[in-house]
Amino acid sequence: MPHLAIERWAKASDSPPDAPVVLTVEGTHGLIIHAVTQAAAERGARPGARLTDARALDPTLVAEAADPAGDAALVERLAQWAGRWSPLVEVDGGGLRLDVTGVAHLFGGEAAMVADMQMRFAALGLTARIAIAPTTTAAWALARYKGDIPALPVAALRLDPDTVRTLERLGLKTIGALMAMPRLALARRFRGADNVVDALDRMLGRKDEPLTAAPNDPPPRAALRLEEPATHSEAAAQPLERLIPRLVRQLERKRLGARRLTLTGFRVDGSVAQAGVATAIASREPQHLARLLADKAAALNPEFGFDAFALEADWCESLGAAQESLVEEPSGERDIARLIDRLSVKLGPDRVLRPQAYESHLPERASGWVSAIISSSTPMGRGTIPRRGNGGEVKNAAASYPSTMLRMAPLPSPGWGGTRPQRLLDRPEAIDVIYASPEGVPRRFVWRRAVHDIARVEGPERIAPEWWRSPSSARLRDYYRVEDGTGRRYWIYREGVIGDGRGGLPNWFMHGLFG
Amino acid sequence: MQGRLATLSELFAAHPRDGGWAGFLLAQVDPARPVLWIQDRMAILESGRIHPPGLPSQNLIHVETRDARDALWAMEEGVRCAALSAVIGELWGDPRALDFTATRRLAVASERSGTPCWLVRLGGTANLSGARMRWRIASAPSLIHPLDARAPGLPAWDAELFRARGTPPGRWSLAHEADHFHLVAASGDRALGEGERLTA
Repeated sequence: MPHLAIERWAKASDSPPDAPVVLTVEGTHGLIIHAVTQAAAERGARPGARLTDARALDPTLVAEAADPAGDAALVERLAQWAGRWSPLVEVDGGGLRLDVTGVAHLFGGEAAMVADMQMRFAALGLTARIAIAPTTTAAWALARYKGDIPALPVAALRLDPDTVRTLERLGLKTIGALMAMPRLALARRFRGADNVVDALDRMLGRKDEPLTAAPNDPPPRAALRLEEPATHSEAAAQPLERLIPRLVRQLERKRLGARRLTLTGFRVDGSVAQAGVATAIASREPQHLARLLADKAAALNPEFGFDAFALEADWCESLGAAQESLVEEPSGERDIARLIDRLSVKLGPDRVLRPQAYESHLPERASGWVSAIISSSTPMGRGTIPRRGNGGEVKNAAASYPSTMLRMAPLPSPGWGGTRPQRLLDRPEAIDVIYASPEGVPRRFVWRRAVHDIARVEGPERIAPEWWRSPSSARLRDYYRVEDGTGRRYWIYREGVIGDGRGGLPNWFMHGLFG
Repeated sequence: MQGRLATLSELFAAHPRDGGWAGFLLAQVDPARPVLWIQDRMAILESGRIHPPGLPSQNLIHVETRDARDALWAMEEGVRCAALSAVIGELWGDPRALDFTATRRLAVASERSGTPCWLVRLGGTANLSGARMRWRIASAPSLIHPLDARAPGLPAWDAELFRARGTPPGRWSLAHEADHFHLVAASGDRALGEGERLTA
């Protein structure tokens, strides 16, 4: 996209199209021209020249500040948008690189695909120079220089400017001239990072140039292009009826079940909208997936309208061929997984939790929670869960103690706990306690302005601070199980003892309720 | 308990800071299958989040909801799932979303799927409700600890069944002993018959 900066500026501003405008960036010796309009180019302004030089040629030039960061952001957005043509898009400098291997026939051949790309970029008001070549370097060169490969200047090899200048001084101005040179001589003369022979080989396909981030097994994906952009509010919900069966067929073929689905809507103005859902067990049942996705899809804002959709199962697990058992036996696990899916989609994955025990003596650390959607099938802490920025984030509910700090422990075996309360306050609440002696048992306490006379008490159960985790000022806790006159039973603790050198008189806290 | 028809039971805590009802309720829940336990935000703030080490079963799913409307929705989703052993929903106060229609829907869904549903009301008043059984549970002074007379012993409750379909209301004092519920002081023969059904 050679004129991206100036075209982006022209779209945003309301100046007449024939205004001689140049966009400038700060250079070492004053402002340097970054991009020019057609009118400014006719008056002698060239990108890379100094603004003062250009002004000397024509004082009527209008200078505006360029916005390289904004341009780069636009390229990033366009890269996402270009996912409509190929699943593999790379941002390459100011341009985009698409791997169209085995893709072109979907658009009616390479020529038709290029025409489609030209048309869509033109609709965005952007000039795109598009080239298809068997090697990435060749495609890069052909998009920027005109002619056959032997006739291209050596600059098309993507060498650094010093090497290019040296080659030109030697009289090797075109790739054809370079190809005619003995390889041995070239290799001897240009060593190191700017290996001319390597660059030549890459250009001619003698040497592989692997694309980065090429997934060897792309996730199952179903795409749909619309004849007319859909702008109504439910625009994203309807295509699901057609996308989901296609995706399910792919999943069936690969014997996979989806754990996370991402629906991408491509808008006509070159932006995308995404919605993702996760499932607690792998599933490829159309009704279930549709039910999960429907609400999320309906919430996607079409803005100027969607003209294409893609549904991708970007996290899959293997799933046998039999989805429904033949015998009519209710399979509870799957019902519960579906319940977790529905709850998590509506309320958020960090609100639907399962207990997770940790190796700690402090009650609030020992019992943590993990998102039910994760814990139901995949054991935590093995790093097997692919994480992505925009969905399915897992948060430990005990947010103040990140799970990385604590080792997981097996859950305690079932049975009446007895010594542990059924309910724990998220944050222990300070209470006023009357006691016979500071180290003695409490007699009466005031919690939330209500006085409780303690009829019976059991304790203390002393829990020492975890010195390897807590600051050195942390005090020990003496827990008491107390019962007031009406039979309500509480779990209170005294933080610290007198003379432990970590503060004054101990404080009392209410921590839990017994049932 | 096994023979009892699953339905919606409403359970009023005598006081929001009285956690006694939890023991009464948990003894009636089958620990073999998972429990869906829903708490709205105010219930968590006022009377604490459930603490798995103190519960008889670790096989549970905990849902925290912003308000009563979400909590009721989650309860209804849970009640339709027959694989759960029980759905427990704690609501704070008298939310507007909790009306006769909402409770009636829960009761019908529970009876259809066979999943017992417990609606726990903290600091609420007994308005019109579609619940088949309505309990008011208060903690009672615990039993004598066999080893330490000053320590709290096994929990006891004053349970009042103030509305029930098909059974007359009554009032019992119950205690938890050796994994079973026992009637510690019955107010009459009829009540004793009722109370025996509660032994788990």
